[in-house]
Amino acid sequence: MDGIHDMGGLQGFGPVPYVDNDPPFHFSWEARVFGLTLAASVPAWMNLDHSRHSLERIPPDVYLSSGYFERWLYGAIMRQVEAGQITMAELAAGQSIDAPVANSEPVPPEAIDPYRYAPFRVEIEAQPRFKEGERVRTGNPQTGGHTRLPRYARNKQGEIYLHHGAHVLPDTHAHGRGECPTHLYTVKFTAQELWGPEASAQDHMFVDVWECHLENT
Amino acid sequence: MIEDHEGTFHQHDEFAHIPSDPALRAKTLESLLVEKGLLNPATVDAVIEQFEKEVGPHNGARVVARAWTDPDYRHRLLDDATQAVNELGLLGQQATDIVAVENSDSVHNIVVCTLCSCYPWALLGLPPAWYKSYPYRARVVREPRAVLSEMGVEIDDSTEVRVWDSTAEVRYLVIPQRPDGTDGLGEQALAALVSRDSMIGAAKL
Repeated sequence: MDGIHDMGGLQGFGPVPYVDNDPPFHFSWEARVFGLTLAASVPAWMNLDHSRHSLERIPPDVYLSSGYFERWLYGAIMRQVEAGQITMAELAAGQSIDAPVANSEPVPPEAIDPYRYAPFRVEIEAQPRFKEGERVRTGNPQTGGHTRLPRYARNKQGEIYLHHGAHVLPDTHAHGRGECPTHLYTVKFTAQELWGPEASAQDHMFVDVWECHLENT
Repeated sequence: MIEDHEGTFHQHDEFAHIPSDPALRAKTLESLLVEKGLLNPATVDAVIEQFEKEVGPHNGARVVARAWTDPDYRHRLLDDATQAVNELGLLGQQATDIVAVENSDSVHNIVVCTLCSCYPWALLGLPPAWYKSYPYRARVVREPRAVLSEMGVEIDDSTEVRVWDSTAEVRYLVIPQRPDGTDGLGEQALAALVSRDSMIGAAKL
């Protein structure tokens, strides 16, 4: 979706709030939100892509005026309510009104492994359509749903830089429409192709793009 | 009888102890999820502890220091970083894909996630706030030199800047340039010199 989350190239934001040695959490509630996001039970179809799309569906004005972990908190609430596991009435009351969720077993502490990712790489029979070094043009997906092709890199010419094998396709996976494993590439663009002749002639941007969003030039 | 009720809120500090809206909202959600049988609070503690203590930039720094001191390892790292990082026992079975990109006199690499906040957690821990900020996400793909300069990193006109936007489950690790005058140092001492921000590309060493 063409949402506010797709920020690459937007102008008017001012300086980066760079601080040396900035810690990951500034308030203890931020750590709790991070922890509960990883630890709370959600239905299996609410995968990582789905959760990214939850954050994209936060209305633009709310998105822009909320801090990072506030957005995670909205996302966690959206997922629990949309899964039918809690209700808005319960949130407002601050306590359970309906019965506990049937057959739910909370994730135990020992099940947490910070190095384990949900599988995203899948072996497929289809050969990759493009080779490293080949010229390609990116697509211009018009969808209200989830996609990982940022606006600034749509309908642009670039070069296949790396091939990563087939990865789960976020465009379908976020919506419960299957993994649709698709070859994934890192595409190299010149800064001038993306940002015009004023940009540095030396510089390049690299974006990971799935094969379904690439065509021959 | 008239009682004297003195207010107790005199100091700015006392007001600062009133929980903020998101703090209260987070507490509400957490207690509701626990009540519903959807969350074990000890698991939340475990997640926080792991990401505050166990997973962090010391992992990435080990990889960088090894690459600086072992030319064969450096070669393997640049060729297949997922494999090379696994050699150090850092990732485990079901890990993320890693690509290592090396800074030199002619190339400076910097990493971003313009769409959200993707970041090599396993190697660097959780990202700093500035990495997730709107100005960084918006600007670094469009004007990387200006952003780097604001961060105190000056790039020669002749140096190529490469910006890596993490739009899939591939995570980028920048191998910073080894500082001058470190020839005599061993791997452990070198690892201590490698800052988190240098492995994002936001600082030089």
